[in-house]
Amino acid sequence: MDAQVDARHETAKAAVAAPDTSDQLRPPSYWPFVVPAMVVVLAVIVFPWVFTIWMSMHEWKVGAPTTFVGLSNYLRLPTDPRFVESIGHTLVYTVLSVVLPLVFGTFSAVVFHQKFPLRGILRGIFIMPMMATPVAIALVWTMMFHPQLGILNYLLSLVGIPPQLWAFHPSTVIPSLVLVETWQWTPLVMLIVLGGLAAIPSEPYESAMIDGASMWQMFRYITLPLITPFLFIAAMIRMIDAVKAFDIIFAITQGGPGSSSETINVYLYSVAFVYYDIGYGSAIALVFFVLIVMLAAVMLYFRQRMHWNETGGEG
Amino acid sequence: MVKMFNISRRGFIRSAGAAGAATIGGLRIPEAWAGVDYKKYAGTKLEANLIKGPRGDLLTKYHKEFTELTGIIIESETIPEQQQRQKAVIELASGKPSFDVVHLSYHVQKRQFEKAGWLADLTPFLSNPNMTAPDLVEGDFTAAGLSYAKNDKGQMHSLPWSVDYFILYYNKEIFDKAKVSVPKTLDEMNELANKLTDTKAGVYGYVGRGLKNANMTLWTNYFLNYGGEFLDAKGNILTDGPEAVAATKCYVDSNKFSPPGVAGFNWMESLAAFAQGRAAMWVDGVGWAPGVENPNQSRIVGKVGYAQVPAGPKGQYSATYGDGIGIAAASTKKEAAYLYCQWAVSKQMGGRLLQIGGGVPFRNSVLNDPEIRSGVKMPKEWLESVVGAGKISKLGLPVIIPVAEFRDLVGAAVTATLSGADPAAELKKAHEQFRPILERSEKG
Repeated sequence: MDAQVDARHETAKAAVAAPDTSDQLRPPSYWPFVVPAMVVVLAVIVFPWVFTIWMSMHEWKVGAPTTFVGLSNYLRLPTDPRFVESIGHTLVYTVLSVVLPLVFGTFSAVVFHQKFPLRGILRGIFIMPMMATPVAIALVWTMMFHPQLGILNYLLSLVGIPPQLWAFHPSTVIPSLVLVETWQWTPLVMLIVLGGLAAIPSEPYESAMIDGASMWQMFRYITLPLITPFLFIAAMIRMIDAVKAFDIIFAITQGGPGSSSETINVYLYSVAFVYYDIGYGSAIALVFFVLIVMLAAVMLYFRQRMHWNETGGEG
Repeated sequence: MVKMFNISRRGFIRSAGAAGAATIGGLRIPEAWAGVDYKKYAGTKLEANLIKGPRGDLLTKYHKEFTELTGIIIESETIPEQQQRQKAVIELASGKPSFDVVHLSYHVQKRQFEKAGWLADLTPFLSNPNMTAPDLVEGDFTAAGLSYAKNDKGQMHSLPWSVDYFILYYNKEIFDKAKVSVPKTLDEMNELANKLTDTKAGVYGYVGRGLKNANMTLWTNYFLNYGGEFLDAKGNILTDGPEAVAATKCYVDSNKFSPPGVAGFNWMESLAAFAQGRAAMWVDGVGWAPGVENPNQSRIVGKVGYAQVPAGPKGQYSATYGDGIGIAAASTKKEAAYLYCQWAVSKQMGGRLLQIGGGVPFRNSVLNDPEIRSGVKMPKEWLESVVGAGKISKLGLPVIIPVAEFRDLVGAAVTATLSGADPAAELKKAHEQFRPILERSEKG
């Protein structure tokens, strides 16, 4: 028996130490299965990226000759006030468009998690904004924002609040756009959090009630920690959506008044497709990509930390 | 005139039938095609790239008629303005555009198209009597039209199609109530705007574009009337000079009596405020008259007055913008495409355009034709203001390649002045950004 085992070990060792050279040269049999996916990845991911990097190193205006300029498009970025401003606008817009739907979405999920008459119908109505087309929504909101003719100021006037300028003034334009974003995407957060709430067992609440915990304490110390993983998913989805937001901003303000709501995306669009400055536009696209990766990394870092806490520090 | 009436009997009857069918407002198919060998390219298929709007729609509506007349088949696409401009530029730059005929916005694309050499030279066609109707002569186009269509060498690379002059719209009811008359100068206009503003009633003395980029088409009316010139002889931009600063101050003064939020107003919001009777005066393009005279959109139908943009200290000008129609240099069907362009700017089609208020042809013979004028659906005062504006018209934007950047950067500076920023400082800052862009664009 031992001899047999030893023999097997020896054979295995031999196989490891001296693999068949003809097998090494022959492509593994799974390669043909990988090729289609590789071709697709090369064509739709790798090639566009490499080409974008190449374009960003050229002075390339549509209709004019292309010249190699090295990194000068990148060096232009920090001295371009519109680009620098657009980073600030993007960050403010993103933070507000993530935080507000998260707060309202969580609150509405807690409400809709309770049992009350017509809950199903009301849930259905609540998620309707999510299903609408952003440009159509934007056009409707543009009319609603109109300082003289819009319904929002009319509604404010009914409760004695003076008219606001909404998207028509530099200081209120981003909050107004975030209002549209929040209105449309709070239901998504609600749906995700509702899923989380449905998974929470009822025992912790029963114990807490016996211990005399208040509603807020139960939410703060039981519900919130248990739905945090779901909130992270919602925050991640919202962040991706908010950073790349374009349609609502473009349709309502086109980055105005002035350039007060011009996000990187809107500026990038202008540079590439209105000014036809393909080289500089590509440089902005690459920097924008780096920014998105950084934001995603921050989110993942917090996600990892949370995971570390959950498992008692074991990674 | 080599081939006068080179037309078969059957063809003539067919054309006459089409003419009868196409009669509008007492307008018949004119004798324009006399002398042109217009059936020579029968069976040719043309692709036309048009801008969605009254002009593009009008051509599309009558394509069948053109086909009946010439035998040339038109396959067209009409795309909203911004997208059409992008598509046209990208396709022309590719060297193989999918279209033969292109609708262009002179005030944005003239220099860009000329420098890139994207359009075919139409000068030989224009001087060929087999190709061109006798009534289509250079002298029939207004000066603004010719300066848009011609390049530095005097060649025509497009045909001037429709012009947009800026005029003053005013609410006669508000004026009559206050017993005031039409302002003659910009200062008078601002004083009047102050007088007519009644914030409690929600009525403002003035409204105009404040939104970045869009505002430049209005601002240049002030700039030109303050004696401004866009470029010096060397091509340097001058829109941050003393004339520009003074013009901006005047523009800001006008907008002190505008509805709140004017910094975000494009033509649409301005039109809405004016048509709802919330603004006494509005300076904008002549093309919005159908909107303010449409009972479904306006509360002031029949109460609108039309006048010239008031004079500034250095003259009275109407900032002018325009559309043209040209042929891609890469097209292999230039002759057939030229017949189409000629038809588009013909007296017949121009008359139709004017009569529906969809635009103003660049051709004097259309504007002065009593038969066409009698069929115009807009008020007589509007037509007079159009003709008057033609006499004081001046190009409304600098003829440079980066027009969009100019409008965005200087437009943002002008918008900022509406919130109290200093005009001189804002314009200086904007031009510090714009000058390198302009220099780069002229380098290649």
